[in-house]
Amino acid sequence: MSHWIIAPILIPALAGMLLLLEVREWHRLRRITGLLSASALLAVAVLLWEQAADGTITVYQLGNWAAPFGIVLVLDRLTALMLLLTAVLAFPALLYACRGDDRKGANFHGLFQFQLMGINGAFLTGDLFNLFVFFEVLLIASYGLALHGRGPARVKAGLHYVALNLVGSALFLIGLGLIYGTTGTLNMADFAVKAQAVTGMDQALLKVAVLLLWAVFGLKAALFPLYFWLPATYANATAPVAALFAIMTKVGLYAIVRVYALAFADGPLAGLGQQGLWALALTTLALAGIGVLGARRLGTLVAYLVIMSVGTLLAALTFGQLSAAGPALYYLVHSTLICGALFLLADLVARGRGEAGDRFVAGPVIPAGGVLAGLYFMAAIAVVGLPPLSGFIGKVALLKAVPVPLYWVLLLLAGLCGLIGMSRAGSSMFWRTTGPGEGVRPGRQRLLALLVLLAVVPALTLWAEPAMQAAGQVAGQLAQPQLYIQAVLGGQS
Amino acid sequence: MELLVAVIIGVLVSTGVYLCLRARTFPVVMGLTLLSYGVNVFLFAMGGLKIDKVAVVGLNSDPTDPLPQALVLTAIVIGFAMTAFLVVLALRSQAEHDTDHVDGNDSGEGGR
Repeated sequence: MSHWIIAPILIPALAGMLLLLEVREWHRLRRITGLLSASALLAVAVLLWEQAADGTITVYQLGNWAAPFGIVLVLDRLTALMLLLTAVLAFPALLYACRGDDRKGANFHGLFQFQLMGINGAFLTGDLFNLFVFFEVLLIASYGLALHGRGPARVKAGLHYVALNLVGSALFLIGLGLIYGTTGTLNMADFAVKAQAVTGMDQALLKVAVLLLWAVFGLKAALFPLYFWLPATYANATAPVAALFAIMTKVGLYAIVRVYALAFADGPLAGLGQQGLWALALTTLALAGIGVLGARRLGTLVAYLVIMSVGTLLAALTFGQLSAAGPALYYLVHSTLICGALFLLADLVARGRGEAGDRFVAGPVIPAGGVLAGLYFMAAIAVVGLPPLSGFIGKVALLKAVPVPLYWVLLLLAGLCGLIGMSRAGSSMFWRTTGPGEGVRPGRQRLLALLVLLAVVPALTLWAEPAMQAAGQVAGQLAQPQLYIQAVLGGQS
Repeated sequence: MELLVAVIIGVLVSTGVYLCLRARTFPVVMGLTLLSYGVNVFLFAMGGLKIDKVAVVGLNSDPTDPLPQALVLTAIVIGFAMTAFLVVLALRSQAEHDTDHVDGNDSGEGGR
């Protein structure tokens, strides 16, 4: 049996522990440890993607306990894709942080690694309670990271974020309790089988439990009406942290898709909560468009773009069947990386403008502003979804896959809002200048980190067809839950 | 027995929710603590309530489900760590804003 599947959890866990031991003054050593771990993760993620690409589902039984009793890690195409996306996002974010942001507070590198461990674990696990545990790991690391650096705004946003997520955890536990009480299992595959046989009063309880899970995952994914924490938290976090957080909303989306595709694609409980999720996703999409128009800082604007992508994706995934999952996954990769890049770009612009920061007011001329403006122009085109970049390809594919007039109208209107917001932001930051200021030129390493992230956009555009085919294969596997169930439970189900 | 446990969970959760909605950090911390207590008792009860039955197979005819006990232990540890973190954060917020209002300023309504 191959043991590589547990490496995405073990590598950051070991690196994080090492980082706690290392002497506080040795910044160079900490940076090297962190970057080594991130690059090792990237290599392992590529390896696992290769392993899953031919459609095999690898199951890893922890402690060699057989499936419904022990905890399993499951690697299928969707998991491999998410792991790869996390690693691709984490490396440039860490590279960016190593230019100085990591020294604003203690233990940045350790927290960063534990955050990665939590995210990877949440993607890999095949057990609902284990999913809760990994959610908590990634949350407690994210609390520390969100507060990294100082400032009253950060503490205020952090307090709200922590309190909300603690309530979310309580609801998650109640949902898990009800699931265990009614089906007698917490293994996802086993749950998918046993949930079909639940009848009578127990079925009502099970429905409540699953709706509670949707609420909790919706809170993580920043779905209306549970997204109000996101703009403040993301816009006030340090830039590389905000960039990494771009994947966090996708963890919530992943959890919804995973559980839904496994247990509620058909059978007596088919489509449980699907109508509600569809309506909420559309509302999220519309409100995020308004939020983009109302933003007064580039950081807040990008945070609303993150919410907009969540609405776009969840609507495509829940409109009825999972047939739109392929284009949605393509768009997910694109939007996560581009939003991460935009958070870094917003930070570089803010540094260049000194006092004016990333607010939309007239400010001093940005040193080397031409480069930043060029990159901003490209990123804006990509994130809004104008031709010829990957955002456009993703949106066209989504529109083709979801033939619902309401979705078309909202998606196009939200795109228009994004276009207006991004052009207003760009013109006021790069063109309305008051003369030379004392801003800082973007450093080479920060620019390199940003370029690495942005390079994905032309790559996804040039290789759009193979990328879309790969996403289609992921979706195809997702639509066949019996393969997953069989792989986990063996022949006994 | 069932009624007693149900009432305890109900009281813990409802006081917890009420306190969570207060505008000062201390009641919010207390509320979240009570909420997590309620949830822990709920988790404990999810395998069914049995009196005088050990969670070991073979010692008696009808053993208690051991899994909820393991789960609730995990939940207690996690909840404890989170509460400790929240207390530190609330103290930091008090120091940064000079007020214990959850929004960091006393001027708006919602303060007592």
